[in-house]
Parts: sequence; structure tokens; C-alpha cells
Amino acid sequence: MRFESPTTTREAVALLTRERGDAYVLAGGTDLLVRMKLDLIEPDLVVDIKGIAAMQSIRTTASGTRIGAAVSCAELGENKKLKKTWPGVVEAANLIGSDQIQGRCTMVGNLCNASPAADSVPALMAAAAKVVIVGKKKRRTVAIEKIITGPGETSLARGEVIEAIILPRRPPKSGDAYLRFIPRTEMDIAVVSAGISLKLERGVIKSARVALGAVAATPLLVPAAARAIVGSKLDDAALEKLAAACSNACKPIDDKRGTIEYRTRVVGVLARRAAKIAYQRAGGA
Amino acid sequence: MPSVLVSTTINGDAVEYACPQDETLLDSLRDRVGLTGVKEGCGTGDCGACSITLDGRLVCSCLVLGVEANGREITTVEGLSDGDKLHPLQEKFIEHAALQCGICTPGFLIAAKALLDRNPNPTVEEIRYGLAGNLCRCTGYDKIVRAVQAAAKQMRKK
Repeated sequence: MRFESPTTTREAVALLTRERGDAYVLAGGTDLLVRMKLDLIEPDLVVDIKGIAAMQSIRTTASGTRIGAAVSCAELGENKKLKKTWPGVVEAANLIGSDQIQGRCTMVGNLCNASPAADSVPALMAAAAKVVIVGKKKRRTVAIEKIITGPGETSLARGEVIEAIILPRRPPKSGDAYLRFIPRTEMDIAVVSAGISLKLERGVIKSARVALGAVAATPLLVPAAARAIVGSKLDDAALEKLAAACSNACKPIDDKRGTIEYRTRVVGVLARRAAKIAYQRAGGA
Repeated sequence: MPSVLVSTTINGDAVEYACPQDETLLDSLRDRVGLTGVKEGCGTGDCGACSITLDGRLVCSCLVLGVEANGREITTVEGLSDGDKLHPLQEKFIEHAALQCGICTPGFLIAAKALLDRNPNPTVEEIRYGLAGNLCRCTGYDKIVRAVQAAAKQMRKK
């Protein structure tokens, strides 16, 4: 295996494009090195992106917040401004693994690992995040929900890397939240999770995005669940409709972490709770 | 693929080693540098026995490549004491019998130090969350938590 540590995105793309064998991107390594250890993969080339300046910073611009692909989840939690602007996203990112894992893991890594239970992904989908993808010939910006196509599968083409995540500017009177269920308090993988972002106008929900994790082959964006609460003040009837829409949308599997029946029911409970937190954060009563 | 030369700083000393490019930092530290205080438990980032700090940040050395340490600063359990004088965490671990087989202890010490550097007066809950990435199969954690509390108290006095 060859290890390369380029200093520009262009150089990283060139290395990945040129390699004839199996090439992998290394950010935090908390999934990649596990897969190497378990002999699930045998890379010919590993490209470390942590030396690339464009991938290392968190920057606020006129259009939103740009988070470099190599920024660790611990750094997200230490960024007071980001925590205040997108608390749901930061909470989700900080739920991944232990302090040891937090020091290395990244949201883009979480995305590209493409687990249906990836914690940061539903929160980012709810937040209407986009990703900047750089390839050999062009650079494109894509909605985050277009990236994961199945368990462990993404829509990225060979040689393409994600350079950054773009969170939109937070509109006034808006809030987000993410909740996951695990049978313990730390160090576990989501059995079910829900991320919600919403915007109010005079106490009424003007727009919303609802995304669910660990209840289908990919994290799910559920427009029907968003429609269930838009136009409401998040009264009991709206919460009921939200829960029903979430349960309807999910296509979970039975596994050691939870049954189909359990996940289908609990997803509604989590969505209701997350919606209440987001509503409060948006300044709703 | 040939080994590459890595120049790093470990526990304050400049250290160089050559390692294959797919070797973990855990293996480099143990097998090339001889720092066997870094333990291998799971090798997949779940148990924390291989905890070190890399540029001041707590990480599992089993999830870092040896080549990634080039130009970086590492602290291992060997760097905790001041010569023969043990670190307060080490003293309190002994006083409170916070170890039995000892395999997890170096990782716990490094993780506890990282926690106290950030939060000198943690609650029991904060200690338990802060050490959630370290597994001990002997002590039941209670003595470890008490040792960390006692060390924190002593360190605040200074």
C-alpha cells in the first residue's frame, strides 16, 4: 500500500484518478482503518486529505457555513458559532463514537461510509446541506440526499472527492434537532433516528424538512412528514400526523438492534420529540 | 512498497522510525519505538487501550497510520510521569486500586488526562461519558471513576 498526503484537492483527485488499483480517501480513518484491519479491503493507495487547506476549516460566508471535509467532529463541537447556528447538526456529529473517535471522525467520512444508521446524515439532510464534489474535469455542488444510494454505496464517480459540506444560512425564527435511540447512553449505533429542521412565521411552521436514519437502506428525507407539520403550531394533531407519516415512510430491517415493528413505531416517537425541540429552538412556544 | 521514514515528537523527544505505509501507529509505537505501554485490545477503535494524544487530541492509535505521525506530537502513558515522580492520576489509580490486569490502564490514564485538561472539575457523569471510549473488563469502572475524581481534586489544589 502507498500512502500519499497531498496539499491540494486537485492533487488528491489526480492521485485517485491515476491509480489503477484500489484507491481510498483517508480523513479520520475511523471506518477505513477498521475495514483494513478486518481485511474487508486491501487498498493499493490511501490518500490522506488532512493536509489540504480547503478541507481543514470551518468558514462562514454570505451564503452559509462551509465545513471542510477533514474537519473532525470534535472540532465541530468546539465551534460555538456553529453549535448555536446548527445545534441539531452538531449534536448528531458529536453522537458518533467516543472522545477518541470524535478526535478523528468527520461528517464527510460518515456520509461516504454510507451506513443507513450514519448519525450526522439525517441531521444534514434536514438542514438542507449540500456537498462540494471535485472531480478530474469539474466541480459540482449536490444536495446531500443525492449522495448515499445504498448501504456502503454512494453516487460519487471514480476519482471524485467531497471537499466540503455547505450548510445554508440559518433564516430567522428557525431551529433544528436530531435524536437517536440506542439502548444505552454512549458508544452505540442508532436503532432509529430523526432529524428535523423548521422555520416559523408568527408561531406557525412555514417550512420544514424531516429526515430519518436506520429505518431503510439509506437515510430518508420524508417530504410527507414535513407537510404534516407545515401550517401548524405543532399541536397534538400535527404531531400525530408527523409520527404517522414517518412510520409510513420507513422500510426497516429486523436485526440485532431492533425489529421492523419496533423501529416503525419508535421512529414516530423520535420525530415528535425532535420536532418539539426544533420548534422551541425556533422560538415557538 | 518500501518503508518510509517518519520524524515525530514522542513525549517531548524527537523520534524517527521507518514503517511500512499500511502499518498502524499502534504497531509503530510498540514494535518500532518500543513504547509497549500502548496496548492493543480490539484494534478497531472500540476499547481505547491504545489511546494516545496526537497534537494534543485524544485518539485511538490503532485507527491512525504510522506514517500520519510525521511532523506531529504524540503523548503516550510513558510521558505522563515526571521522571520517577508519578502523575497524580497514576498515584490515585494505585491508591484506589483502579486496576487489576492493567491492560486498559494506560489508555484510561491518557483519556483521563485529556478529560481533566479540558475540564478540571468533572462530575461523575462527565467522567463516565469522557471515559466511555475505554473498556475495562476487571474493575467495574467504579474505582476508576473515584481515582479520577481524587486526582482531579489533587490537581486543582496546585
